[in-house]
Amino acid sequence: MADDALIAAQRLSEWVSRAPTLEEDVALANIALDQLGVARLLLQSLGDEDELAYLRSDSEFRNCLLVELPLGRYRGDLDFGWTIAWLLFLTAAQHLRYNDLAGSDPVAAKAVKESAYHLDHATQWTIRLGDGTQESHRRIQAAIDELWPYTHELTEGLRERWLSIVDPVLEKATLTRPSDEGWKPSGGREGQHTEHLSYLLAEMQSLHRAHPGATW
Amino acid sequence: MVTPYEAAAAVVDPELRVVTIAELGILRDVSVVDGRVKVTITPTYSGCPAMDAIRSDVVAAVRGAGYDEVEVVTSLSPAWSTDMITESGRKALARNRIAPPGNHECPHCASGDTLQISRYGSTPCQALFKCQGCYEPFPLVKTL
Repeated sequence: MADDALIAAQRLSEWVSRAPTLEEDVALANIALDQLGVARLLLQSLGDEDELAYLRSDSEFRNCLLVELPLGRYRGDLDFGWTIAWLLFLTAAQHLRYNDLAGSDPVAAKAVKESAYHLDHATQWTIRLGDGTQESHRRIQAAIDELWPYTHELTEGLRERWLSIVDPVLEKATLTRPSDEGWKPSGGREGQHTEHLSYLLAEMQSLHRAHPGATW
Repeated sequence: MVTPYEAAAAVVDPELRVVTIAELGILRDVSVVDGRVKVTITPTYSGCPAMDAIRSDVVAAVRGAGYDEVEVVTSLSPAWSTDMITESGRKALARNRIAPPGNHECPHCASGDTLQISRYGSTPCQALFKCQGCYEPFPLVKTL
């Protein structure tokens, strides 16, 4: 959960200064900041947060594959519809997991309220893009089709409840839910990642590795 | 003589500079054991970037009141909610044209005809609204 939030924060922050409107730039940056905040609190409860975030290699991360994927079809690509589909899938799962743990874990109790707001934001955009123009519909549907296989790993243990959140949103957005048959990539929880994580970590960790403990 | 609690309570939030941390509900507790002051604070949002500034402001304020040994700890439970903003905090926000949580009324002209322009604002705890009456934009503290 900590790694999902940390890697998602790093991915989302790629949007800073590049979003389609200033308001959305602020929104995505805020969501990234919330994700980072939760990741830090969870990592602090496990050990030294800097060591855990900056000094683990790719195979030591336990995030699901979805969060490390580029926010577009190719590495370096930033597609807004893609990002919203990714955010909807991720925040629906996070909201359920935090909710399950909220009674026993103070970090989850805090995160559950924030994740509800993230999920609501992603929901509203999914509906607007899906039920929007032909081009916005085409783009977010393409993202949903491409990302869907990765949602199996993301939603392990909560698939049915996750679908009960995501299905009505897709329906309202006039989007088609892809088939559950076929490819179900996984391995992230065991440290087997896509190449995308390594590039992401190179950017995230290089400063700390070159200048350990640097502050400003 | 200023008590450690009074010193800590008077610290102004570094981002919403019109309310104190006590009014914002992020100051949880101040205790003194053997001359050591322990201040407990809680973040509004888990990623709130103001926490480091608040910590150092609290230490400086309590030291300034004559207590040299100060420790600031963070407590997450119970999670902060906007219900923890005090009545004087809500008034201070409104007086400074920031709509308090749950009140969508324009803090400039009191018109109820307002519109959300962005769900997120300049800090994690705010959204951006505009007034359809006087056309002024204003921030609003999001209900959490």
